[in-house]
Amino acid sequence: MTHQYPALTTEQKKELQDIAERIVAPGKGILAADESVGSMAKRLNQIGVENTEENRRLYRQLLFTADERIDSCIGGVIFFHETMYQNTDDGTPFVQLIRDRGIVVGIKVDKGVVPLAGTDGETTTQGLDGLSERCAQYKKDGADFAKWRCVLKISENTPSQVAIMENANVLARYASICQQNGIVPIVEPEILPDGDHDLKRCQYITEKVLAAVYKALSDHHVYLEGTLLKPNMVTSGHACPTKYESQEIAMATVTALRRTVPPAVTGVTFLSGGQSEEEASVNLNAINTCPLGKPWALTFSYGRALQASALSAWRGQKDNETAATEEFIKRAEVNGLAAQGKYVFSGEDSGAAGQSLYVANHAY
Amino acid sequence: PSLCSIKDSLERRVSQLTIHSIGTSSVSLALHSFCQVVLATVKMTHQFNSLTKEQKRELQDTARRIVAPGKGILAADESVGSMAKRLTQIGVENTEENRRLYRQLLFSADERIDDCIGGVIFFHETLYQKADDGVPFIKMIKDRGIVVGIKVDKGIVPLAGTNGETTTQGLDGLSDRCAQYKKDGADFAKWRCVLKISDTTPSKLSISENANVLARYASICQQNGIVPIVEPEILPDGDHDLKRCQYVTEKVLAAVYKAMSDHHVYLEGTLLKPNMVTPGHSCPTKYSPEEIAVATITALRRTVPPAIAGVTFLSGGQSEEEASVNLNAINNCQLSKPWPLTFSYGRALQASALNTWRGQKENASNATEEFIKRAKVNSLASLGKYITSGDNSGATAPSLYVANHAY
Repeated sequence: MTHQYPALTTEQKKELQDIAERIVAPGKGILAADESVGSMAKRLNQIGVENTEENRRLYRQLLFTADERIDSCIGGVIFFHETMYQNTDDGTPFVQLIRDRGIVVGIKVDKGVVPLAGTDGETTTQGLDGLSERCAQYKKDGADFAKWRCVLKISENTPSQVAIMENANVLARYASICQQNGIVPIVEPEILPDGDHDLKRCQYITEKVLAAVYKALSDHHVYLEGTLLKPNMVTSGHACPTKYESQEIAMATVTALRRTVPPAVTGVTFLSGGQSEEEASVNLNAINTCPLGKPWALTFSYGRALQASALSAWRGQKDNETAATEEFIKRAEVNGLAAQGKYVFSGEDSGAAGQSLYVANHAY
Repeated sequence: PSLCSIKDSLERRVSQLTIHSIGTSSVSLALHSFCQVVLATVKMTHQFNSLTKEQKRELQDTARRIVAPGKGILAADESVGSMAKRLTQIGVENTEENRRLYRQLLFSADERIDDCIGGVIFFHETLYQKADDGVPFIKMIKDRGIVVGIKVDKGIVPLAGTNGETTTQGLDGLSDRCAQYKKDGADFAKWRCVLKISDTTPSKLSISENANVLARYASICQQNGIVPIVEPEILPDGDHDLKRCQYVTEKVLAAVYKAMSDHHVYLEGTLLKPNMVTPGHSCPTKYSPEEIAVATITALRRTVPPAIAGVTFLSGGQSEEEASVNLNAINNCQLSKPWPLTFSYGRALQASALNTWRGQKENASNATEEFIKRAKVNSLASLGKYITSGDNSGATAPSLYVANHAY
């Protein structure tokens, strides 16, 4: 392993890095609109809307037709395969609509989780077969980045060594293949918030998982400057009796990243997991005001946390479309501010709380 | 408790029970299954705190003091064998007294070095030597606010079945040695591993073995309040080009930091002492300091987590001026550098001093001046403020920023 066989030319590297930088330009983040048909079923069910292809099209349309106010907050949109080939009412392809406003188009390329036999309900993610050809096609069709989600969970026995190693490896394979096709890979090793573990436990595991991810990326010769990371924030489990402040979440999260994520990675785009819209924004803001050194962009790649109010306002009614779009624009703008640490909300007192936690960072 | 210790104690319990009970096959079977279950479940998901908050704080503070802005390390830890080479070159006999006199002229440099030197690495013998007036060297150094360090490895040994590759020994009793050094005044340590570039090296084994031993050393140091400097030196011997060195450096450092993670080392309380990324000594192509800087920073950016307290470069075979100019270029490099980038120089701080001294008492103060000169130059270089004649880093730096995709 002592000789380099360059995986990418200088031009390929430059293109990948430029795309990644555009997605996470200051104040910008990602709209994760890549819910599968199955996930959309859950969302639409909740608002009493039938899960048809047309309804999915109408719903994505109200997001994508948001006015120029989102151009300074949204750097990229992740599509689901079906959506890549849908059009607006007037026949404009969604991909073109998004690209024309300078927003980078992304595509979810994994094919879902599958069980790891012999583990305690753990999984890996499939989708590598023919991935190179699919990426080449998506690139032709207008996509410049991709997303692949791996899932790990915290319990008494998990995540196991094999789950950590296998998911890290499959993420690295996916990333390598994407880059060969001019596609920036977003690497998503999600550690679920399910459980009653505390903040420290989540931080510990996040550090172990991310260390394994970056070792795998190194082993697979992935060009880090042309990648993005989509991790969970470090939080306590949903059923944890202790409540933590957003500054504590921020400190734990940034500490974990500082210990594992090389500065060469262009940006970190957090997933929102089970967080509410406001929680996700407040936490992102706290992360960006955390006094520790943060050499990567720290922004959002939110699904539910950008869309919950929009969905609720829409309820499948044409007359509600504008109001629904407004809800989305509102969250986009808030998160654009949070990505710069500029989101001021009632109850905000990060000045004093931020100080004391800086001294306490040895506790992390 | 480790997996091994749990397994051992459970197996002991099972055998005890089978001896003392009647009709115990079902009991021992159940306990055996229990063993299996426990082994299967005690994976790596729980944290067993290796350090208290206070211990972490102390380690981080020590590390930061060493690499405070404008400061670097004087590596004065040459073994008796290494000193033999240095002293022979200037025609001085390699006696304990001569080694003492030599280190004395370095350590008695005046307050001008207090802003430039954050730490001094000692060799074991030197730790217990004194100045002419009877003041222990350790005290001299500590009293001026400079952190005392100690080389703790016991040299390289061959890795059988490889192409002349090595690992480094010294783990036996290391904890007790660290505890003693800490009592005696040391607050950091250094351990050097060596890798080399050739057609067949470094091999997978050499990379993983050296990374692992560095992580073990680091873990043990921290348990004793000692900040470990982790040194995975890739030798400049060979005719390889800059790209090759960069590639190998990236692979080696990735392995080092994975091992550090596996061994639960507290990164904020460590320092890294890497080689700069340079071409091999016999490489026909010459590279500018700016090219060396971009290659070096790029390699570090791809592998070194921001959490570490600082990077203190070794000078390897570089001349005094080369080592300063390169460090300066590194600090002027436009790429983002989230750790202090400074020096831990041996020869590159001492070559002129040695040459001036030549073992003569009357040359001692001039020799000390030479050392002070290099200390100040490197201090400036660590801030990117070293102006040399022929320096045109202002003009060349922007174009190299654009070209960083080539790395």
